[in-house]
Amino acid sequence: MSLLLRVSDLWKAYNGSPVLQGASFSFDENIIYVLIGDNGTGKSTFLRICALLEQFDRGEVDYISNGQLLPHDIELRRRITLVLPKIGVFNTSVFNNVAYGLKIRGFERGAIVDRVNNAIDFVGLGHKRKQAALTLSSGETQRLGIARALVINPQILFLDEPAAFVDVKNRKIIEDIILRLTKQSKTTVILTTHDMQQAERLANRLLILMEGRITVP
Amino acid sequence: MNSILESFGKALFLILHLDRELVGIILLSIKVSGTALVLSTIIGLPLSAFLAFKKFPMKTLLVSVLNTFMGLPPVVVGLFVYLLLSRSGPLGFMSLLYTSSAMIIAQTILAFPIVSSISHSAIVSVDPIVRQAAATLGATPFQVSWTVIKEARYGIMSGVIAGFGRVMAEVGAILIVGGNIAGFTRVMTTTIALETDKGNFELALALGIILLSISLLINLTLHFVQKLGTAQARS
Repeated sequence: MSLLLRVSDLWKAYNGSPVLQGASFSFDENIIYVLIGDNGTGKSTFLRICALLEQFDRGEVDYISNGQLLPHDIELRRRITLVLPKIGVFNTSVFNNVAYGLKIRGFERGAIVDRVNNAIDFVGLGHKRKQAALTLSSGETQRLGIARALVINPQILFLDEPAAFVDVKNRKIIEDIILRLTKQSKTTVILTTHDMQQAERLANRLLILMEGRITVP
Repeated sequence: MNSILESFGKALFLILHLDRELVGIILLSIKVSGTALVLSTIIGLPLSAFLAFKKFPMKTLLVSVLNTFMGLPPVVVGLFVYLLLSRSGPLGFMSLLYTSSAMIIAQTILAFPIVSSISHSAIVSVDPIVRQAAATLGATPFQVSWTVIKEARYGIMSGVIAGFGRVMAEVGAILIVGGNIAGFTRVMTTTIALETDKGNFELALALGIILLSISLLINLTLHFVQKLGTAQARS
């Protein structure tokens, strides 16, 4: 089942200061959208609202599957996911961190093991699956965050500055993961960055968030 | 000096020969304090989670009251439970005064604020980013809360161990509500008090050694748990 996201006339302000001022865009399936903009322009806010983690003041965030408008419930939330710039690592092993999303969905142990191992291998952390996740480097932690998201096969994956706090080597690895992901699945990726070069390397469609609105260059 | 050494020697003899009276007192102490600890955890842990996750008026006041209760004077608790359970008290019909149940009630009242308060601190100290991570991965509000509680497990364990330390060493409250009846409500701390009064230092010293050993074990466990939690948080 396809899942499309349509954002219309989205408004959001913090303490009276507007951040989003009528942002609108329709996101299609299996495309990497890269949303660029300077710091503080509302990129993270936009992603958090789209990922149904934050309320908005005005506008519409519509998820459409097979022509049907979906309610903003837990079932929809489980078809999408957001990877934050700072990964909230659970105080357990790499394996258990990645297994989290499957466990809360009630998957059986056998299925969990296979899918988790695949996801861990996909991000290149196969040799660290038993390691305490809190001991990973910042680049590895970021890849752990992506594995944790990938294992649940999200139809839309939001990535907020996925390579903001990592070195050049890990940035290349993360970019490669994102490109491979969209080749091997139908996942739609919507990511933010302020790095123009990274945006050009990854984007199928480039979007600019400026003065609270989304524009296409 | 000689009499102290002599008493100490006899105390060791009682311990090494597993004196029946001594073993009975130790087992009753563990039963009373263990049950009180289980009850304290059953009450204290949900209360700490409620205080950590729910927003309601006067919450800060309630947390402050709970923190204050950590230092409840045992004799005051003993007096309060005595008044409740005495024949003319509101719960007098239950005939619990001078039973081990009364001692368990008193110790539970003393321990649950410790379990709850330390657990509450541990839960609210969990990095908010962990809560957000759980939500982004599709957790329900209950699953998010449970994840945060699991992240706070070392702090919660510290609270439970500290609560056990409090009840094992307690004497004032259980003396009042238990009555220190031989074979029924006589536990380690009350026996030490009684036998010292009688000048029978052998049994008092033997129990003192056992009590100190248990305290040492509790503190070592607490230290280990805290170290484990700190090490994992730093790494």
